[in-house]
Amino acid sequence: MAENLTIWQTMQAKGHSRREFLKFCSFAAALAGIGSAGFPRVLRAFEKEPRPPVIWLHFQECTCCSESFIRSSHPIVADVVFDYLSLDYTETLQAAAGFQAEQCMEDTMKKFAGKYILLVEGSIPLEDDGIYCTIAGKSAVDILRETAKNAAAVIAWGSCASNGCIQGAAPNPTGATPVHDILSQPVINVPGCPPIAEVMTAVVTHILVFGKIPELDSQGRPREFYSRRVHDTCYRRPTYDAGLFVESWDDENARKGYCLYKMGCRGPVTYNACAVTRWNEGTSYPIQSGHGCLGCSENGFWDNGPFYRHLASFPGFGIETTADTIGTVVGVAAAVGVTAHAITTNIRKRKLIAEEIQNSVPESGDVEGGEE
Amino acid sequence: MARIVVDPITRIEGHLRIEATVENGVITDAYSSGTMVRGFEKILKGRDPRDAWAFTERACGVCTTVHALASVRTVEDALGISVPKNAELIRNLMFCTQYVQDHVVHFYHLHALDWVDVVSALKADPNETSTIAKAISAWPKSSPAYFAAVQQRVKTFVESGQLGIFANGYWGHPAYKLPPAVNLLGVAHYLEALEWQKEIVKIHAIFGGKNPHPNYLVGGVPCSINLEEVNAINSERLNFVGSLIKGAIDMVEQVYLPDLLAVAGFYKDWAAVGGGLKNYLAYGDLPTRGYNQPDSFKFPRGAILDRNLDEIHEVNPRDSEEIKEYISHSWYKYSDGDDAGKHPWDGETEFNYTGPKPPYAHLNVDGKYSWLKTPRWKEHPMEVGPLARILVAYASGNDDVKEVVGEALAKLDVPVTAVFSTLGRTAARGLETRLVVRWMKEFYDDLIANIKAGDTRTFNDEKWDPNTWPATAEGVGMSEAPRGALAHWIRIKDKQIDNYQLVVPSTWNASPRDGMGQRSAYEEALIGTPVANVDQPLEILRTIHSFDPCIACAVHLYDPAGKHIRQVKVV
Repeated sequence: MAENLTIWQTMQAKGHSRREFLKFCSFAAALAGIGSAGFPRVLRAFEKEPRPPVIWLHFQECTCCSESFIRSSHPIVADVVFDYLSLDYTETLQAAAGFQAEQCMEDTMKKFAGKYILLVEGSIPLEDDGIYCTIAGKSAVDILRETAKNAAAVIAWGSCASNGCIQGAAPNPTGATPVHDILSQPVINVPGCPPIAEVMTAVVTHILVFGKIPELDSQGRPREFYSRRVHDTCYRRPTYDAGLFVESWDDENARKGYCLYKMGCRGPVTYNACAVTRWNEGTSYPIQSGHGCLGCSENGFWDNGPFYRHLASFPGFGIETTADTIGTVVGVAAAVGVTAHAITTNIRKRKLIAEEIQNSVPESGDVEGGEE
Repeated sequence: MARIVVDPITRIEGHLRIEATVENGVITDAYSSGTMVRGFEKILKGRDPRDAWAFTERACGVCTTVHALASVRTVEDALGISVPKNAELIRNLMFCTQYVQDHVVHFYHLHALDWVDVVSALKADPNETSTIAKAISAWPKSSPAYFAAVQQRVKTFVESGQLGIFANGYWGHPAYKLPPAVNLLGVAHYLEALEWQKEIVKIHAIFGGKNPHPNYLVGGVPCSINLEEVNAINSERLNFVGSLIKGAIDMVEQVYLPDLLAVAGFYKDWAAVGGGLKNYLAYGDLPTRGYNQPDSFKFPRGAILDRNLDEIHEVNPRDSEEIKEYISHSWYKYSDGDDAGKHPWDGETEFNYTGPKPPYAHLNVDGKYSWLKTPRWKEHPMEVGPLARILVAYASGNDDVKEVVGEALAKLDVPVTAVFSTLGRTAARGLETRLVVRWMKEFYDDLIANIKAGDTRTFNDEKWDPNTWPATAEGVGMSEAPRGALAHWIRIKDKQIDNYQLVVPSTWNASPRDGMGQRSAYEEALIGTPVANVDQPLEILRTIHSFDPCIACAVHLYDPAGKHIRQVKVV
């Protein structure tokens, strides 16, 4: 076997010119959110490094994260899988099965100790010795611990791996637990049910280009994609500010595309890139297609329902100011389990938010106990 | 005699494990076990029935939307809600979108590597591949230079020493029969299909806001139609859908179908393998005059017993004597004993794990050995999925189905009995995709015509308010998911879910045997499957993948003492 090829070598072999390679690098740089100052670093990473090996685990999940990943349009997934990464273990796509598949995982763990990226899709059931999810006779938690031990970086794909998602909803019958509650090392949480395809590939590309994890917020989420509320970036926001609301499905206001706040939209309490990046190559996002946001990237969103009960039913609702209050309160309430690997936080803002929480304890209690 | 272990079975959704006994190179017994559970039914209890679609949609992200559709139908059935014409058409378009994307992805990305030897493609002459491609299709990407570029890409990939998803594959196995030129065609279209599949699902984003997991709504669809508004389904959005459908028709008719028939021509021996059960069940779907009019469905409803195509049995999901779930070999307990069979309205989901503590080498297949329950129709094990749908439609005299099946049989020069097989199952999936893209165009034209006639309604608000609901209600919602007959049953009490049960296609197909020892579809289909080399269970993957499993699996082979004799090692 020849030695591992860099992305530049791979592109050369595919007949791409140097000029095209540079174009690709600038694109990757733009995607990763860096300006021209960081460009040389991108170039170096792609030219000299072999394709980073990746182990992709599946536990308690529905595979929607994998499905979303393959919807990526920039970069397209074929390029990711064949040219940028070495996807050494993925139950969804790999040719080998059974022992041969497990061998792929072991080979990568041995050969690339400390260098491979671990991607985890799904929560881990901890109840009853892990009997609720086993692969090759091993429990999910044992597999996770073993593969994480020598991983260079760990990414928790989607809400299942980031916060337990649906199987973690009350009464959480199997003890479904997110990755960061099990591992002691830093975990990049990329929540959403599923996360947006281009967000997923961008997070991976970010690591690949810079050789380090992207800047994370207090919940371990990349700031790049999870620092804005859907409400604040929503194109329907002006109708909210003007007090124009959909009152019933398919009413005159729905047909005009007014704000879905009263129909239960969770945009004001949800941090995600949906309204900016949008879904499926920018085709749409839930609100644009007439349904409120379910808040699928937020901790415990399944129990923050019913979905069609609008946030006005929370105490203290009033136009604008309170909607923002609800947003910040939930954002911070969810961040109570602040992880040790939080990279940066705006201290002054945290103080302000802490005061806010102090002043609105009864409200946050209601927000969390949304289940009837 | 030997027993094989393949754990996990890959290129599927979920976690499934199968144990099989091999004698003289042929499988003589098999056990199928689902090894992951989440407890959806427990989580749904006490929730708002109008939210159930979102919860159940998360049962599967590969066949996303199918549970959402079954769920809104279930609640609408319980509350007596009928949806406007536009909502029916938009739901049908979303349904068809799912079929086309899912089936194409299954063929190229989950199943093709069982038949296509990637390494052999490196030896192909691109000129020859081009000649073959032009002979079977008008698809424009067919020049020698194009195939040479694909070949070079694969070569570079292989020579990098990092084989990624192709590592440890069964390349060079004697069961691979395609010539190198056809293998190269398969690899080229693997890559093209991977890029194309992200296009067709944009229809879900247009109507439902995102894919995977677009939004549904009890009483209709959430998107409004307004030809005077940029913030609604308007001419631009409809044009978008129209052009995606056109692309889908081209992809299916010029790539998927020709490839399927070309590959099948080299594997006719698989028309005699993997037939399995002789009973088939389809709930039917794609209503054209309301969901309560099964005679208007594009896919008809019915059951076939003992492969008797002269008789279609009626299916009634409300009859407590027809569909029942058993747990004799499943890790659950029933309040009135584990031998009981329960109709889903009275279904219970109480965990009772009796298997070995992980890590374990093998399961006790004499006792309980799976997280899947065992559904039966009038006590019969039934196969569900594309083959069942095609057979029920064929036996019902559906002209569209008879035409495409007849054409395919003639092209392959095989008798109609060839469909009762691993190959037949894989072919049925392609044939129905061809029908579905055509029907998709019909639904699209109907939607345009209906809007043109002045009807823009997408929602029926009569029963949206829970105060209009009766104190108790029960409903059932059925659908034909890509993998087969799917139904949800609900009991509503005091505006909340009192009981909710899902019986999904892979429960029918992948379940453990019942208390009478009758095998379900996977287990039965594996009987008689050849295994040339117990170290490389390629043939097991072929038959299991022909069902397009929607649970993660694992296949185990043991010696007569029940001990692992070997695990698979491949270069």
